Amino acid sequence: MNNIRRKIINNIMILIMIISTLIILVPLINIFIYVFLKGISSININFFTKLPMPVGEPNGGMANAIVGSIILIILSSMWAIPVGILGGIYLAEFGNNKLGTIIRFTADVLSGVPSIVIGIFAYIVIVLPMKNFSAISGAFALGIIMIPTIMRTTEEMINLVPHTLREASLALGITRFRTTISIVLKTALNGIITGIILSVARISGETAPLLFTAFGNRFWHEGINKPIAALPLQIFAYAISPYEDWHKQAWAGALVLIAMIFLASFISRRILKSKYKIER
Amino acid sequence: MKKGKIIDLIFKITTTVFALTVVVIVILMIYNMIKQSMPAFNKFGLKFLTDTIWDPLAEKFGALPFIYGTIVSSMIALFIAVPFSLGAVLFLSEIAPEWIKEPVSFLIELLAAIPSIIYGLWGIFVLIPILRNYVEPFLAKYFGYLPFFKGEFYGCGMLAGGIILSIMIVPTISSISKDVFNSVPQTQREAALAIGATKWETIKLAVLNYSKTGVLGAIILGLGRALGETMAVTMVIGNCPKISISLFEPSYTIASVIANEFTEATSDLYISVLVEIGLILFIITIILNVCARLLVWSVSGKLKGKVIE
Repeated sequence: MNNIRRKIINNIMILIMIISTLIILVPLINIFIYVFLKGISSININFFTKLPMPVGEPNGGMANAIVGSIILIILSSMWAIPVGILGGIYLAEFGNNKLGTIIRFTADVLSGVPSIVIGIFAYIVIVLPMKNFSAISGAFALGIIMIPTIMRTTEEMINLVPHTLREASLALGITRFRTTISIVLKTALNGIITGIILSVARISGETAPLLFTAFGNRFWHEGINKPIAALPLQIFAYAISPYEDWHKQAWAGALVLIAMIFLASFISRRILKSKYKIER
Repeated sequence: MKKGKIIDLIFKITTTVFALTVVVIVILMIYNMIKQSMPAFNKFGLKFLTDTIWDPLAEKFGALPFIYGTIVSSMIALFIAVPFSLGAVLFLSEIAPEWIKEPVSFLIELLAAIPSIIYGLWGIFVLIPILRNYVEPFLAKYFGYLPFFKGEFYGCGMLAGGIILSIMIVPTISSISKDVFNSVPQTQREAALAIGATKWETIKLAVLNYSKTGVLGAIILGLGRALGETMAVTMVIGNCPKISISLFEPSYTIASVIANEFTEATSDLYISVLVEIGLILFIITIILNVCARLLVWSVSGKLKGKVIE
């Protein structure tokens, strides 16, 4: 009797777990369907080639926002990738001490800081002294968001490189510097690139830190010390507007954004998979 | 030979300097935000945290409605997200066969890659109408005697904010608790199965018991993400600085008041007040993150070399 009760409880609990899994998948699939259907019905060639139009005029696009986002990504990568990779090298090669633990811990904490707070920081240290919103301040904020991810992935990937490779090189009398650059980094390169792609994917959708740094712009960009448009900012402005036409554009923007991000995570997953196969 | 040693030394110093950048950034953030919020702190003191009136034109600033909105919306999110994520992760890591596990885990990971702004867009045009037309009338009809479900149905409001946050923190909670469950030694499970435990009893005795601390860490990290989430919440919560027990009423969070009013802030005092609110959020999330990382690190030492997001 008791055994039957236990079996029933077991089956009920497993059923509950299956149901929770299904419930989690519902909003996800719903979001995909909406972004895809609404986006595909409002996207056209003008979206990629035209500037935003005033309300009521047809054929507006988000070309400036797409270009703006690309510029912001390049600017933030320019400072965040070197800092992240060199920091990651330190953690993997020399970081087996107290300082390494502190840095590792700080990086983890920094990755949990809300992006809007990072935006405030960029506002205080760059926008206030420069006295205007600018692409640089936006790239500064986005870079801070990228660094922890790149740093920790670089460390993780370098740690995967077999010790014997490193020792073989050092035993030949090659310097630590040369060993790291030519042997270790070369072996870990795929994984490091994955980390970079993931961090770029993440910042390309970030909106909050750009609100009062890059600020947005309805025209083509006019230099890195001026306000610049970004795709997420434009989606936000259009989504909260009362105009039907702008809502359509917002969905089209969302589709472009999500397609870019998923392409990036798909590519990085492929790179990682092929790497792990060699590993095993 | 000597030249090589010098190069190595330079190499070590350079990488150290770059690694220290993260520490410098965090210190500079704390310093600058404290400095910038001093005028507001000197003017309002601790009363800032307990005042309920927010009227920038009259220079009256009370942060309580925002603190309330942030905490309550995050609590709703945890209330919904924790049971479902844990149920799903237990299913995926303990029971599901490989051909279900792989694609479903991948889908949940994708949930984390969707930007906040897209959740917000979906919230405005899909979630809010559903809440207004179906969910809120239903709750009012059957649970209307509870103070949480009273008032008009706007769709946007505390409930919408909480629900959208719950969707967004599912991947955080599940990916970390997955790692925690995976770090439970296989021998624990085998021991439970060997004495005749059912699958569920194995999970309860061997897995959950062993990983309580780590799961708590995962939940706290989810809370940290919910507290700081900006765009999606701003787009659905209604943005109205009042404290109301009803979940149908519009509310406001710390992150969304910063997002909405920072560029409109005209006076230095106004900016300073917003920075101070941001500082409160920053300190809370740092404390939560430190606790959570320590918990997660303590259970699964192998996470040390792993990126946690």
